[in-house]
Parts: sequence; structure tokens; C-alpha cells
Amino acid sequence: MRIFLAPLAAAALLFGCAAIAAPAASAAAPDVQWTKTLTEARGQSVYFNAWGGSPAINAYLGWVAATVKERFGITLTHVKLDDTATAVARVLAEKTAGKTGGGSVDLVWINGENFAAMKTQGLLSQGFATSLPNWRYVDTANPSVSTDFTVATDGQESPWGDAKLVFFSDTARTGALASMPKSAAELLAYAKAHPGRITYPAPPDFTGTSFLKQVLSELASDRAVLQQPAVEADFAAVTAPLWAYLDALRPVSWREGRAYPQNYPAMKQLLADGELDVIFAFNPAEASSAIATGELPDTVRSFTFPAGTLGNTHFVAIPFNSDAKAAAQVVANFLLSPEAQLRKEDPRYWGDPTVLAMEKLSPEERQAFAAIDRGVATLAPDALGPVLPEPHPSWMERIEQEWLERYGH
Amino acid sequence: MAGALRSLSQRPLSKAAQPAQLRTTAPWLPGRLLQSVPPLVALLLAGPVLAGLAGVVLPAFGYLPDLGGTGLSLQPLRVLLDQPGLATSAALSLAGGLVTAAVALLGVLGLLAATAGTRKLALLQQGLAPLLAVPHAAAAVGLAVLLAPSGMLMRLAALPLGFDRPPDYLFPHDPFGLALMAGLIAKEMPFLLLVAIAALPQAEPERRLRLARSLGYGRIAGFTLAVWPSVYRQIRLPVFAVIAYGTAVVDVAAILGPSAPATLAVRITGWMNDPDLSRRFIAAAGALLQLGVTAVALIVWRGIEVLAGGLSLHLAAAGTRLPHDRSLRRLVILPALIAAAALIAGLFAVMLWSFAAVWRFPDLLPDRLTLATWTRTLPAALRPLGTSLAVGAASSTVALVLVIANLEALRRRHLASLEGSDVPAYLTVALALPLIVPQIAFLFGLETGFLALGLSPSLPLLISVHLVFVIPYVALALADPWFALDPRYEQIAASLGRRPLAVLLRLRLPMLLGPLATALAVGFAVSVGQYLPSLIVGAGRLPTITTEAVALASGGDRRIIGVYAVLQAALPLLAFALAASLPALRHAGRRGMRA
Repeated sequence: MRIFLAPLAAAALLFGCAAIAAPAASAAAPDVQWTKTLTEARGQSVYFNAWGGSPAINAYLGWVAATVKERFGITLTHVKLDDTATAVARVLAEKTAGKTGGGSVDLVWINGENFAAMKTQGLLSQGFATSLPNWRYVDTANPSVSTDFTVATDGQESPWGDAKLVFFSDTARTGALASMPKSAAELLAYAKAHPGRITYPAPPDFTGTSFLKQVLSELASDRAVLQQPAVEADFAAVTAPLWAYLDALRPVSWREGRAYPQNYPAMKQLLADGELDVIFAFNPAEASSAIATGELPDTVRSFTFPAGTLGNTHFVAIPFNSDAKAAAQVVANFLLSPEAQLRKEDPRYWGDPTVLAMEKLSPEERQAFAAIDRGVATLAPDALGPVLPEPHPSWMERIEQEWLERYGH
Repeated sequence: MAGALRSLSQRPLSKAAQPAQLRTTAPWLPGRLLQSVPPLVALLLAGPVLAGLAGVVLPAFGYLPDLGGTGLSLQPLRVLLDQPGLATSAALSLAGGLVTAAVALLGVLGLLAATAGTRKLALLQQGLAPLLAVPHAAAAVGLAVLLAPSGMLMRLAALPLGFDRPPDYLFPHDPFGLALMAGLIAKEMPFLLLVAIAALPQAEPERRLRLARSLGYGRIAGFTLAVWPSVYRQIRLPVFAVIAYGTAVVDVAAILGPSAPATLAVRITGWMNDPDLSRRFIAAAGALLQLGVTAVALIVWRGIEVLAGGLSLHLAAAGTRLPHDRSLRRLVILPALIAAAALIAGLFAVMLWSFAAVWRFPDLLPDRLTLATWTRTLPAALRPLGTSLAVGAASSTVALVLVIANLEALRRRHLASLEGSDVPAYLTVALALPLIVPQIAFLFGLETGFLALGLSPSLPLLISVHLVFVIPYVALALADPWFALDPRYEQIAASLGRRPLAVLLRLRLPMLLGPLATALAVGFAVSVGQYLPSLIVGAGRLPTITTEAVALASGGDRRIIGVYAVLQAALPLLAFALAASLPALRHAGRRGMRA
């Protein structure tokens, strides 16, 4: 009998603590609806589908899981994906099978074409982001928190972090940054001077398609066209400079363009091995955290293009058939809290830029963000240069297809 | 193909030809419950495969209502055929299966021809057995770390040749799939060698080699012409399994295979996961194409068999004897030795990476060794490790119990029938199905079926899907020793009044402890190595050490990949070590039980 009582006692203890923690949490958000959400969330399990290729991010999510367990009684499980599309496909398969409840994905790390696909297929739950208590800290002046790759988010995804395309090179092998390329055109010239030392991940990899978009945005005669859905009629004309560029790059790129790295981490390994001279990532702090873990030598530094590089925001969204929507919202809200955002921006944990507006925070919080040691290889937020907006996702779909036809075989 | 299956079924039973008077003894009559096991096992194996195939056929012809596919059409097949590089992908898959099987088989032939009947063979057998346990993904990672431009071989070459940056050559991921084939060959060679060694006694090598030698044949020619044909006849099912696996493998192809374009199976996995959801139709059509590619590979192989048979007849008729083949003998064992050396060196390099701090090219060794990667990675690896352990232990145990009941039912039926029966054809087919039908062709259909039934990913579900792949290998491992046990032990026990169940539990199982432990270890290793079933049925909620290892291997910190590869290889190796030591412990002090 005692065996059966032990878990009960433990549960009582747990709920006891919970009762103490709850008022503290709701003190910050006194509205009745949110209190109801918090109550409902307690005891729920959230399966958070998020790319699992970075140990630093995995460890950060481990901290999130422990914290929401302790404060909100939510069991958060990080389902590690190697491609977010897997989660999209899974929710679709569930919808196909008529599974409108008890879905296997409760929260998904998402943006761009995956978001567009889920939104148009009706795989997401109703807008929730703007009614989260911590929305009041969000930098709403930044258009990309409400427009994801030109698609309106309608609150169906909650911003989590900002991203910007940044380039890295190893100064010990390739010398000072001053000699590094300052534009897509200069990068091509560099590749011609140093054959085999430049490449990009094969689309549809996220970093690879971002590189194509960067080149297209720089070379397109009219950048505004890219903000509209792609029209077959002028696709060839608009993208012609991109293909001319890639055709010229291919013979002087790594492995003569007969193969491409699979993703950013693969490129990072190639930089560490000395196979590549320049790589790029969508996170300005990436090089510093790689140096901290010994993945990259401490002589790696970062740079951007003075005329601007691509930038966007990444989000979390809740699928339509999640049974833990309340808990998923509580987690999304926690991810937006100054505390969680501060830790996320700290390169010791992850180094992902915040989506919060500094002027909306308390002076202490502002101070804490300013005091973050960003590491030797990270540019200060104001040194990142101008942001080029993401094109409409339809461009990427067509470009991926075209890329595959031209270079994929 | 039917011939291969028949040879599987006939082989064990022909060994167990029983004296006629026994067949009338009452206690040996088959129990009704026991006799229901073979149909049950067949259903357990064939059911999921056939159901999964059905679940793929409908979307392949455009029927998937939730994506707007309500009618039947050829549109998905048309779109599939329009995919750039599709022919190359299919050709890569085809070649991957055929070249892998041919080279691996030739390596096995060479090694056996040069060493059959010598003490070297026993040594090799002991040395190679552990390699069988190494999962495909870990072996592939090892090979990549060894042979890539920044790998161990180039580091060795860098100092004498005087370069400080890795050369720019394409390996792995070369467009011809050579790296993929090399990885598969290195991994399949030990497998085929061990099944060939198990089949060797049946081919009476001593007698035939003696005869061949008395006719003036050298060792290699004598073995190839007189012994090999009857060895090969017995191992056709494993060979077919190797071909089918090579045409449709996903994990090894993702780690070593070409990327532009990738093999068919890798591309199907990509289409399945494409955010553009209409691509699921292409994926389903691709799964059908995969089925066709594998079938074509098997048919081509049948042609190669005929040609090889004709060639060996021609050589025999021409009197090719190769009487002095000492130097040739040294040469023909090389492929197998190189494969084994590459596997072992690769795993060693991977292990070294897991302990490396900073390790720049072209340094031969890391700056220093550290436990940091392990302490950082292990906490996250514990859960997948536990899942692999639990699923492997449960599926291999259940499989062993089912296989024991199945073999016992077949044995008793054989004993009881007066006219002498065969293994039922349905069972032979069911056992071969999961080994021959490409996993990717039916697992996605199966997943849709599970969802329709409202089954969410769970440990029991994963275990039961693993069973489909574990049972055939456990059956392959246990059938021979099961039927080879001298029936007179049981006759004596029966004559002393023991009931069949008691005879089974007190006599047969203890006497077969060694083979049972090995079969359990084989089942465990098969389960741990499963990638696609764990990926698809586990749906990310039940990550195993293998899904994690493959996900990481696609890119990332080589030291963390090292940790996962080492863990993935360690699990089955430990199981085999346990299996090897168990009988010795159990039978300590029983002289007659020492093998």
C-alpha cells in the first residue's frame, strides 16, 4: 500500500509548490483569461518540435524545460528535428488521417516557407501571439515580427529571435577581414582568385536558400518585385542575374560544384578543417559560440556586407490539433520573457538576438542586455549593417526547383 | 527468388531427417496452441509490409483526400518522372545494391577460398564477428572520418607531401556513389562472411577439397568450383537481403552517398518531409518506383547468377586448375582484410574525435584529449540510449520467444507427419518479405495507417514494428542450431517419461544456450541499428541513439558525432560480448558442454 501512496504524496507536494508559484506568475499578468490559461496549462505535456542540430540550443531548451516545469507544472519535451519540414509533414499526415485532437506536435519552431505552408493548409491554431502577456515587450516597430517572409503572421506564430546573415573567416588562414569580400560580386571575384574555397549549402537547406536570396536581392534590377508573389511570366527575367552568378561561381567553388555541404554545421566543420575560406550563418553570435565550444579556432572573425544582408525573425507556432494549447501558449510567453530572451542572447548559452524592444524594458533589464559579453567574433548589434527584407516565399519555392534542375544532378 | 526461399526452408529440415519409428510416438504430436504460432508469426511479418504497401499505392495514384486528391490519376507518377535527375537517382540505387553485393560476395569467396579448412578461418571468424555488431550508421561515419579530404588518411599524407590544407576531392558524397558502395561493402562483407561460414559445413569442404586436390586443383580453383556453389546456394536469401538493402538504404546513403542528385530512397525521404505538402504524392509514387528498382536489381542479379554458373561450368570443363596459387591466395584475402581494417580504423578515429579538444588539419593527433564533449553530450544522449536499450531488449526477447515457439512447432510437425513435411510456403515468404521489400516503400504507408487507427507513437508500437525486422534475423540465426541438435537426447528424455514442454525447457533450451544467446544478441543489434522505422514510427518522440546519430552526422561537430557513433556501436558490441560469455559462465565445470 505504501508503494501506491508515495507517488500521491509526491504529487501533493508538487501541487503545493505550484499553488505558491502560481500567484507570482499571474501577478505579472493580471488578466483573467491568462490566469485561466495558466491553470489549464498545469500538468500538460508540450512536445516542442525544434531543430536539434545545435548542442547549445538543445541545452538552452533543456533550461526552458526545467524552468517551465518548476514554475508552471508543464512537462516540455524537445523533439529534435533535423528539418522543420518533418513536423509540418507530420501535422499534415495527422490532418489527413482525421486526427483533429491529440496531435503529436504542440509547439513548433518555424518561419518562412514552413509557416506559409502550415498557414495556407490550415494546420495552425487561431492567432494567440498578440494576446500573450509578454507581447508588450516585443519590438513591434520591427516589421518582421508580424510579417514573416512577406506573409502576415496574424498572431498565429509568436516571435522568438532575430536573425541576420553574417559571414565568417579564419584570419589565421586568410588574413585580415579588410581583404574579405564586401558584396556578392566581390565574393565571386574572391572565389575566382581562390578556387575551391567558397560554397553554400545545397537548397532546400535554410542557410543555402538564404544565400541565394542574398545574391538575388543584391543583383535584382528591381528589388520591390521580390516582395510580391512570384509570377511565372517574369520569373526568368527577374532571376536571370542569379543564375548567371551561380553559373560563374560553380566551376570555382568547393568540389567544383559537384557537391554542396548539407547545412551550416557542415560548412562550419569545413571552415575548421581549412577547406573553406568564407562561410555564413543566420546568427551573428554563431562564430563566438563555436569558438567557445572549440568547434572553430579562436582566430575566426565575422563581417557583413556594407550594403546590407538578409534578415528575418524566427517564431514558435501551435498546430491546430494540439491538446496542450494552453501550456504551449505559456511556454511561448515564457520564451518572450526578458529573462529567457536575455539568456538566449548570451553567447555562453546560445547567442540569438532578442526580439524585444530595449526601450520597453526596465532599466535593470536594459542594463543586463547591454552587459552581455558577446565574444571576440561577434559584431555589436549596431555594427551589423542594414537589413535586406526576405522575398515572398513563392520566389524561394520556384528558385529551389530551378536550382535543383540546374545544379541538383 | 522462389528458389532461394525454398532453399532456406529445406536446408534446416533436411538436416533433421528423423528415423521413421519416432513419428508415431504420441507425446510428439503437435500441440494445437503451438501449431498456431507459425501462422501468427507470418501474419506479424507480412501484415505490416502488405498494409504499408497498400497505404502507399493510393497516394501514388493521386488518392489522398486531405490534400485534395479524391480521384485516381497518373499525375503523381508523371510529376515524379519529371523530377530532375530521377534516372540518375534510380541508377545509383540500382548500382548501389548490385555492386555492393557482387564485391562483398567476391571478397567472401576470396577469403574462404584462401582459408577454408585452415586455422586462419577460425581466427578470422572470431575477429570479424564483432564487426557484424557495428551498426551501419556508425560504420559509415567511421569511413567518412577516415577517407574525407580532412580525414585520417590525408592527415597521414599531408606531412610527407607537404600540404597544410585538405585537398579538394569529392569523397564521401562522390557523384558515382563509390563512397556509399564502399561503406556498404565494408559493412556487408562481415555479414555475408559469417553466414557463409555457417553454411560451410553443409558443403563438406574437407571431402570436396581433398578430391579436388587429388585431381590437381589448387586451393582457390578447387574451392571455387567444388565447394562455393553449394555454399552460395544456402546463402542466397542473405545475398538478396543485401541487394535489397543496398538499393534502398537511407542512413548510410545520407552519410556517404551522393548529394546532387541523391539516391532514390534519400530523395523519397526528402519529398516526404518537404514543406510543399503536394510532394507527398511524388514521395508515394517514388516509393513504388523504389519497389520496382529493387525488383529489377534482384532480376538482374538472377541473370548474373546464371552467367556466373555458366562461367564456372566453363572453367571446370576447360580444366582450369590454378595448381600453384600461393601468391594469388595472399591477394584474394585482401578485399576482406581491407574492409575489416577500414571499419576498425574508422571506429577508432571516430572515438578519438569524441575525446579531442581542438584538432586542426593536418595534425595527426588532437592538441589534447578531454572528456568535455562526453560530459556535455551524455546527458542529452541518455534518453535515446535508454529507448534503444528498451526497444532492443524487448523486441529481441519477444522475437526469441516467438522464434523458439515457431521452430519447435515446425520441428514437431515434421516429426509427426508421416509423409515428411516442408516449412509452409507462406512462412518462408513472410520471413523473407521484411528483408527484401525496401523499408521506405512501406513504412510511410504504415505510418498513415497507424494515424488512421489513432495510434500515437509509443514504445510498444515501436517495439512491434522493430519485431518485423528483428524476427527474420533471429530466425536465421537460430534455425540451424535448432534443427542440428541431436534428436536422441530428446528421445531418451521422452522415453524416461518427460513431457514435451519439460524436455524443451530442461533439455533443449539449456543445451542450446549458446545459440540462443547469440540469436538474442543478433536481434538486439538489428533493433539498435534500425533507422527508418525508428524515425517514422517514433515520429521524433522516441528518439533512439541511431536516429540521433544519423541526424547529427548530416553536419555538425565531429566530436559530438563521435560520441553518438561510439555509443551506437557500443550497445550491440556489449550484447555480443555478453552472449559470448554467457554459455561459458553457465556451463563452467561441464566439460561436455564446452564448444
